Amino acid sequence: MSLTLTAMSNSAVTRGQQQRSGSGQMPQPSQGPYISVITNRTTNLAIRGAMLFSVGVFLALVLNLLQVQRNVTLFPPDVISSIFSSAWWVPPCCGTASAMIGLLYPRIDSCLGEPHKFKREWSSVMRCVAVFVGINHASAKVDFANNVQLSLTLAALSVGLWWTFDRSRSGFGLGVSIALLATLATQLLVYNGVFQYTSPDFLYIRSWLPCIFFAGVITMGNIGRQLALYEYKFVQEKTHQD
Amino acid sequence: MTLRERLREKISAAFYRHGLLCASYPVPIILFTSASILTCCYPLLRLPLPGTGPVEFTTGVRDYSVPSHEPQGDLGERPDWYRGPPVAYIQQVLVKASVSPWDSSLVPVDVFRSPLGRAFSLLEEIRNHVHSDGSGVRSLETLCLQVTDLFPGLRRMQSVLPEHGCLLVSPGNYWQNQRELFDLDPDLLKTIQKHEPKGLHTSATLRDLLFGVPGKYTGVSHYNRKRVVTYTITVVLSSYDARFLGSLRGRLKQLHPSANCSLRDDHMVHVHFKEEIGIAELIPLVTTYIILFAYIYFSTRKIDMVKSKWGLALAAVVTVLSSLLMSVGLCTLFGLTPTLNGGEIFPYLVVVIGLENVLVLTKSVVSTPVDLEVKLRIAQGLSNESWSIMKNMATELCIILIGYFTLVPAIQEFCLFAVVGLVSDFFLQMFFFTTVLSIDIRRMELADLNRRLPAEAGLPPPKPGPLRIREVPPPPRPSPHTITLQTPAFRNLRLPKRLRVVYFLARTRLAQRIIMVGTVIWIGILVYTDPAGIRTYLAAQVSEQSPLGDPGGGGLAPHLGVAPVFRGGDPTSALSIHPPPDPTPVPENQSQGHHGAAQAGPLPQASPPAVPQITWGAEDEEGWRRLSFRHWPSLFSYYNITLAKRYISILPVIPVTVHLSPQEAIETRHPQDTRHPPPSIPKVSADLQTDLTLYKVAALGLAAGVLLVLLLFCLYRVLCPRNYGQNGVAHGRRRRGDLPCDDYGYSPPVSEISPLLLRGHSMDIECLASDGMLLASCCLAGQIRVWDTQTGDCLTVIPNEGLRRSSSSNGCWEQWDGGYGAAESGLLGPETLGPACEEEGGGGYPLRRRTAPTWPTLFNDQPDLTPLIDTNFASQPPSHLCTPPRHGFDFGGLVERAYMEHEAPSPSAYPSPSSASSSPPSGAQPHRRPSLGDAAAFSAQDRASAAGTQAAADGESSVWALELRGNLIAAGRSSGKLELWDAVEGSLRCVNEDGGSGITALAFLNNRIVAARLNGSLDFFTVEINKPLGLLQYRGAPGRGSVPPSPCYSSEDVISCQLTRSVQCAHQKPITVLRAAAGRVVTGSQDHTVRVYRLEDSCCLFTLQGHSGGITAIYIDQTMVLASGGQDGAICLWDVLTGSRVSHVYGHRGDVTSLVCTISCVISSGLDDLICIWDRSTGIKLYSIQQEVGCGASLGVISESLLVTGGQGCVSFWDLNFGDLLQTVYLGQSSDGQGVRQLLVLDNAAIICDFGSELSLVYVPSVLEKLD
Repeated sequence: MSLTLTAMSNSAVTRGQQQRSGSGQMPQPSQGPYISVITNRTTNLAIRGAMLFSVGVFLALVLNLLQVQRNVTLFPPDVISSIFSSAWWVPPCCGTASAMIGLLYPRIDSCLGEPHKFKREWSSVMRCVAVFVGINHASAKVDFANNVQLSLTLAALSVGLWWTFDRSRSGFGLGVSIALLATLATQLLVYNGVFQYTSPDFLYIRSWLPCIFFAGVITMGNIGRQLALYEYKFVQEKTHQD
Repeated sequence: MTLRERLREKISAAFYRHGLLCASYPVPIILFTSASILTCCYPLLRLPLPGTGPVEFTTGVRDYSVPSHEPQGDLGERPDWYRGPPVAYIQQVLVKASVSPWDSSLVPVDVFRSPLGRAFSLLEEIRNHVHSDGSGVRSLETLCLQVTDLFPGLRRMQSVLPEHGCLLVSPGNYWQNQRELFDLDPDLLKTIQKHEPKGLHTSATLRDLLFGVPGKYTGVSHYNRKRVVTYTITVVLSSYDARFLGSLRGRLKQLHPSANCSLRDDHMVHVHFKEEIGIAELIPLVTTYIILFAYIYFSTRKIDMVKSKWGLALAAVVTVLSSLLMSVGLCTLFGLTPTLNGGEIFPYLVVVIGLENVLVLTKSVVSTPVDLEVKLRIAQGLSNESWSIMKNMATELCIILIGYFTLVPAIQEFCLFAVVGLVSDFFLQMFFFTTVLSIDIRRMELADLNRRLPAEAGLPPPKPGPLRIREVPPPPRPSPHTITLQTPAFRNLRLPKRLRVVYFLARTRLAQRIIMVGTVIWIGILVYTDPAGIRTYLAAQVSEQSPLGDPGGGGLAPHLGVAPVFRGGDPTSALSIHPPPDPTPVPENQSQGHHGAAQAGPLPQASPPAVPQITWGAEDEEGWRRLSFRHWPSLFSYYNITLAKRYISILPVIPVTVHLSPQEAIETRHPQDTRHPPPSIPKVSADLQTDLTLYKVAALGLAAGVLLVLLLFCLYRVLCPRNYGQNGVAHGRRRRGDLPCDDYGYSPPVSEISPLLLRGHSMDIECLASDGMLLASCCLAGQIRVWDTQTGDCLTVIPNEGLRRSSSSNGCWEQWDGGYGAAESGLLGPETLGPACEEEGGGGYPLRRRTAPTWPTLFNDQPDLTPLIDTNFASQPPSHLCTPPRHGFDFGGLVERAYMEHEAPSPSAYPSPSSASSSPPSGAQPHRRPSLGDAAAFSAQDRASAAGTQAAADGESSVWALELRGNLIAAGRSSGKLELWDAVEGSLRCVNEDGGSGITALAFLNNRIVAARLNGSLDFFTVEINKPLGLLQYRGAPGRGSVPPSPCYSSEDVISCQLTRSVQCAHQKPITVLRAAAGRVVTGSQDHTVRVYRLEDSCCLFTLQGHSGGITAIYIDQTMVLASGGQDGAICLWDVLTGSRVSHVYGHRGDVTSLVCTISCVISSGLDDLICIWDRSTGIKLYSIQQEVGCGASLGVISESLLVTGGQGCVSFWDLNFGDLLQTVYLGQSSDGQGVRQLLVLDNAAIICDFGSELSLVYVPSVLEKLD
């Protein structure tokens, strides 16, 4: 649920980016089917995108279950009979959004010329994902006295997530901007009646939504960077073989 | 010293002491830790086990009062949840109705149509019941639970369940509680069946909800042999009014007396429901657990270089888990009862506590010097990481403290747990894990020791070389050259990963055990958590089948267990076929529905009884127990009321017995009812039908079980090919890690690496150069030898040029070197010996004096070789200068005489070098290098000083740099002369004396020679070949296709070497390193800079600045990767194309002495005896290897994953991927002193290293296979 709206807001930007990066490919000499597939940058990009997409869809389904259990979001009742108990467009949107973000982060890193080196290992990524799920869990299941408290707690948790696993300024900036855009998009969606929140306290939506978006962006960026590390290694090896 | 530093020091010291303690007393500490874990976990025993089944509590009805909210101290067994009013009170009116007497004119539908019809009148009665007394008038409307709305998703239930008003459920709901609809309904069963869900379902169905008894007990079917219909009218009350209920009970009993009913009505049961976990809630939980396991997997994967990786991973997990258990136990002990769902927050707790510390500790300990004592290693490792551990812990505590001040109860509780968990985790890490680590490392060392000893004891038989004389170990010496040291990692390395996994599984029988444990747990969970599942099912089956099996009863009492004695299972079914022949003395009455003339009813025959008997048994008392445990939650959930963590109170049932006359039944008949044919199916079929499904299920289960067993068997056979039973004694239980592979018939190939010693130089070897096929070496004496790298033969000997100039005046003494070199190698051709024998020199004596002690044995070993020596000495042996040595050297004269006898016959046609005349002859050279015999590496300063003194002395020069390409040897001398020698013929082809300053480094590439000089200038020479025959043959350099082919010169060619360009001030200070590759020449100098030149036009491309010390090592290869290391311990990676610095890392305390790159990593060694391996792309240090003190700094990479380093008299092979020592090859018998200073890796996977005055050629056969 949380990443839904990132897709809407950023699809144009990231798509353009992706195409640019995709078009700048050099024809690679063939080296054997597997290696060449892996090292082909377009293919690699596609593989990464697919992986990120599936991760996003999966997380969206799981986290949505958490929200639905507590009746945080209400979808039109006809749809609820569907097996995933959410509107059909939510998981694909989340998947697309996470793919975008996951591809965007390493690209920005390479554009800025400061490769991300902080805690680059899979166990740390797993920890990050777990904390992200935990934040969602807390937002859905823990009873808070009021919404301000909930939002502040989640904001602190999200910033803590960033500090623990990212610590890059570009990551923070991107996360904040995407979170704001996504919140705006959610507002628009709810305003147009696509779905609604049970107890909106921040115009039409819940006030903790930006924090969740932020945490999601950081998590996806983390995964994307880790995946990109593989490509980096492969490409390097390949250039050396050449 | 700041406070921070002081603190840091103190922490470090404390950790050091603690590490010592842990490693010294492992067993007591582990015992202590286990005891404390158990103590802390003890309070957990009092916690209820988690489960989803409802919990009951029974109280009396008479003195019932709504429990208060406040917990009342000591109410004995009163459970925690029994507080406050219940969600609802359930009052069930249990109706048993039958048509009696039964006569043959009735159709099967009559069994249930009129009894069901009576429900409507009963409903009216209940609805309209009013109780009035002094306190007022109460009706059901005031007491019942008013429901407002059905849950939105339940459209299909809307017609059946009450939508508003009292929650009153009865079978009448099928017909909207209207008698007219019921009467008009042509097919009652169809109406009932209509609402049943299709397919499999576990929770309560609508039929169960409305009838209030399980479907098969209702008796609403065509095949009801008992002809008794049972159903309930369920009234849900929101408040309890004893008087109203009493009057209702009295009224109903009065209307429909059930004479023999003795159901107890003095107990009410409170049922508490746990939070139910549905599939939807399970998915997030499962996801978090999957993430958790991924986290644990990725974390523990990083543990390496220990004895038992899995053991340590297990210890890490145990540490985390038991710290969590401890924290829960401690919290319980201090009265903080956990209200959170433990399973849900558990993964997050693990993630918060983390495994990082454990891994950090392991890495730190593992990276300490291996040769230290275990205690010290542990202590050092601990104290190294102490600061970061404490810092992390403080940070985590701070975060948790902040979380505590959110003042949200759930978060506060989580934080409390996390704090206690963190502290206990720290405790366990420090005591438990550290100790386990120390034990592990000690085991590893023991294992290494055990493996090393037999290898040393057993002498490998020396391989006889047919022609070449291999270095044979002298018999009296017990120790061989080669000590094969194979660590377990080496063995594992040889196995493919897949095999390793299979071996592991087979060794531990892991799959088998896991499946077994899993099955047991699974069955346990099934039995435990599902009250509606197998347990009740079995109980019901038992109670149902028992009358068929043994009618006498004695069957198991079903789960109810309320009645003290229970006989014979279900009385209703028991009575249907087998009515008890005589009234047995049973404690509870079995009411026989005697009604008027019914006395004659019960016939002892097996025919269907004319009068259906309505009996009341103990199971009717709490008939709701037979319902699914989800019955009540699902009923309430339809009205959006959750029963999770709440309870309901079930009041004693009101029994109602209804007897209907046949006339009544016929009157209420629907016209269509009679159209149904009488039951054609025999009576047994009903039983058969239910039984059939049972048998089907049983058969399926059996088949599945058999299949599972077969599958397991196959798996077992596949994974465990070993025969456990047969020769058990032989196999026994070996210590793990002893011989891990041999159990499975695999042993790694014995790869014994024995070095081939190339002897001949009389003094320490200073320069080495190779082009793959040939190897040129130069010793301190100035003698250059050319070897064949394939066979190890000495091809050419080029004696010291300076001495040869004075051939006319000096005696022929240098020949002995050549002569003995030839004697040793045995393959010396006449043309190579020719120039050698022309030699004589003053240096001969001191040289021989030094090597003399080994000569006699050698001489005696090969006495027959002396005639083979071609002693075509061109010049007369000197007599006047060959005075006997003054130093008591006695063999010289003897040998001299021996050789003089042979000298005469053949004056050779020695080809005089064409350019020899160009070099002026110099005088005698008595002066030797002052650093003779010194094994230490020469730094540039040494050379400078040496050159200074030499130049001042006599201008005689020694070779400082050597390069070999094709068959041309380029030698740079301290005098600044550049000489080109023919490697095969040993003739001097060209000399260039343009530069005045000593040549410190040479690079020979593509017909160009670059010489770096002591004064910092850089000279570019071009080698030109003037072919008299006009043919220029090229010989491709062997192995490396990328190396440009070097021209092969024939002896007729006139070779000239011309200075094309001289860069005078290339560097401010002496050039220390010169490397050339890929058309670039890179120089490093003392002036902290690196310069890159283009080879073609000698143009300086970049000046790379970044080091803060002199450059000591440079690496450049064909892929244009440039790495440089300096005296400041820094390593820089540069991009040669742009001149930009890619990365800059500090890794050594002291000079970087050597640098090598592979595709993925950079390897550096420093003066601090540390070898660091860096990731080339990221510049992150992967790991470092601490070597012995004073070992050589030479490095070489044989293949992508094999590193070779030189040590004290040995070379070591390392696995680059893991940092494991694979093998150490000792070069000579005496491993004292002589360090390997230079190490060349040849293309045929051989390495050449210098070893004092000898060269050692080591083949690495396993790598050869790999390369092929």
